[in-house]
Amino acid sequence: MTVKKRFEFLEHTADAYIAAYGESLEEAFENAALATFEVMTDVEKVKPETEDHVEVEAHDEYALLYSWLEELLVRFETTNNVYCCFKISSIEKTPDGLKLKAKIWGEPLNPERHTRKVGVKAVTYHRMEILKKPKAVTVRFILDI
Amino acid sequence: MNEEERPSRRPERVPLERVDEYTWRIPRKYKPGMRVPGIIFADKDLLDKMTTDRTLEQCANVAHLPGIYKYSITLPDGHEGYGFPIGGVAATDYEEGVVSPGGVGYDINCGVRLLTTNLSEKDIQSKLAELTNTIFENVPCGLGSRRKDLSLTSHELDRLAAEGVQWVVNRGLGWPEDIKHCEENGCMEAANPDKVSSAAKNRGFTQIGTLGSGNHFLEIQKVDKIYNPQVAKAFGISHEGQITAMIHCGSRGYGHQICSDYLRIMERAVHNYKIVLPDRELACAPGTSKEAEDYYQAMACAVNYAFANRQAITHWVRQSFDRVFKRPAEEFGLDLVYDVAHNIAKIEEHKVNEHTRKVWVHRKGATRAFSHGRMEVPADYRAVGQPVIIPGSMGTSSWVLVGTPKAMGVSFGSTAHGAGRMMSRAAAKRRFWGGEVKKALEQRGIIVRAASQVVLAEEADPAYKSVDRVAEVSDKVGIATRVARLVPLSVVKG
Repeated sequence: MTVKKRFEFLEHTADAYIAAYGESLEEAFENAALATFEVMTDVEKVKPETEDHVEVEAHDEYALLYSWLEELLVRFETTNNVYCCFKISSIEKTPDGLKLKAKIWGEPLNPERHTRKVGVKAVTYHRMEILKKPKAVTVRFILDI
Repeated sequence: MNEEERPSRRPERVPLERVDEYTWRIPRKYKPGMRVPGIIFADKDLLDKMTTDRTLEQCANVAHLPGIYKYSITLPDGHEGYGFPIGGVAATDYEEGVVSPGGVGYDINCGVRLLTTNLSEKDIQSKLAELTNTIFENVPCGLGSRRKDLSLTSHELDRLAAEGVQWVVNRGLGWPEDIKHCEENGCMEAANPDKVSSAAKNRGFTQIGTLGSGNHFLEIQKVDKIYNPQVAKAFGISHEGQITAMIHCGSRGYGHQICSDYLRIMERAVHNYKIVLPDRELACAPGTSKEAEDYYQAMACAVNYAFANRQAITHWVRQSFDRVFKRPAEEFGLDLVYDVAHNIAKIEEHKVNEHTRKVWVHRKGATRAFSHGRMEVPADYRAVGQPVIIPGSMGTSSWVLVGTPKAMGVSFGSTAHGAGRMMSRAAAKRRFWGGEVKKALEQRGIIVRAASQVVLAEEADPAYKSVDRVAEVSDKVGIATRVARLVPLSVVKG
């Protein structure tokens, strides 16, 4: 049985160039979030102790991916919580575009238990792609390090 | 080529004309929308590396910007960035031209400052490990770090963003004479905290006084070689073996968020003002527009935040010397030579075709390098020229240079900022691991304190181009000439 890859890091000279995969847009977005935190820490060492809610709106799927990841980055930097589990309950159409609702789980960053890797400065639109095939969605994006 | 060296997307061949040994031109006819040519200052080796990513294509794209003067400039450390290459300069007309956040970068006022001491290597050797450890404890670095005794109220953060270094000095975290040795005297007066989003402020509250991670560092160094004794003396560098300290960091999440916020605003502006661009990442707005004005005022807040940050860190470095040597920091000198920005947009006057023009100068991964006589250069240095500080990557040399009249003529008074990466973080992590990198540095006599083993691997010396080469090309082109070479004795990294 092959385990499906959730994400991988692609070659880029200076930054984190990520490809995240899923059977649906929601799953690809969840794995994009997972990859983002994997840049900063070893996610496997993070426990899902606290639960938070996230809601973002944007005018299209690209902007939605951007806003979703940016909200997680801001959440981390302001609360010092690192997150390991993400569940997007819905991505719905609105009059202005799209709305995403999710629950996320994590805990405060603890340098004694958690690996500290590199901080993420920003999400970017640089080389952002959303490729949709039946039961196979790929999203690619770059995080400025 | 093995996998690490193969570029992920093979870039198109951008045509290049050789002007001289260190100057190359991308002709205007390369792309129909180019308003000016592209100019690259590099030797053959550095130029070859630029052909492996989209640096040259981006140089050509920047030449499309409305109101751009002379040429789109790429400096010896140029490499692919967001829209603009990193290691680039573009000057646009103040009234008719555009302002673009991508021409500044996410880490607004990522910059560097240099302190000199009256100590030599022999004075410090026995205490170097203790000093490095003390600095590592005093200066928060790495992911999620914060300085608990410097948490600000909302009002205080706004004041810091409006006043920069002055605010920090008033708090007792510095000496009054530090102010005049900062670019802009440590404060861009255009700063308006009302133009900064709550997301940026929330990121900024907890990070003031922190070094960050990635390529940021703090080093205790010694002067390895003096190239220009007269200018070195004016800067406070008196002898080889002299101990110096260097701090390299930026505006942290505060600045990063400001860039992100305004890129979004500028994307809408491009649509509203019907600006045609070859790359959406060059999002911009006319210099006279509200969007540009708001960005400039918010950018200035981030600039001041970074200056304030480096000032606070300077104070804790001085305190560390005090604690370890048990004598007041003033007795060691620890004077600020200069604090200079690498990612910034400035309003300046420059000669273009015999006329003096008011321009927006975008320096992204580029250092101002003003010549002697310019009023913007501190009075102490005005007779010789502005200090230029180019930090190397971890464990390699750093450079002090001086700005020149040639820079005023050919690069809007600018030069390179550093070495620039040439190996991806992923490839560096596959090839090196942190423990081995640390050991290799220690075998060369360099003490390392790092918050992250992973970052150590990513920042290994071979992942970067040669900063010595970059400094040499800057010198040969004549845009900033070499004054002194510094080498690290110890490194603190996030």
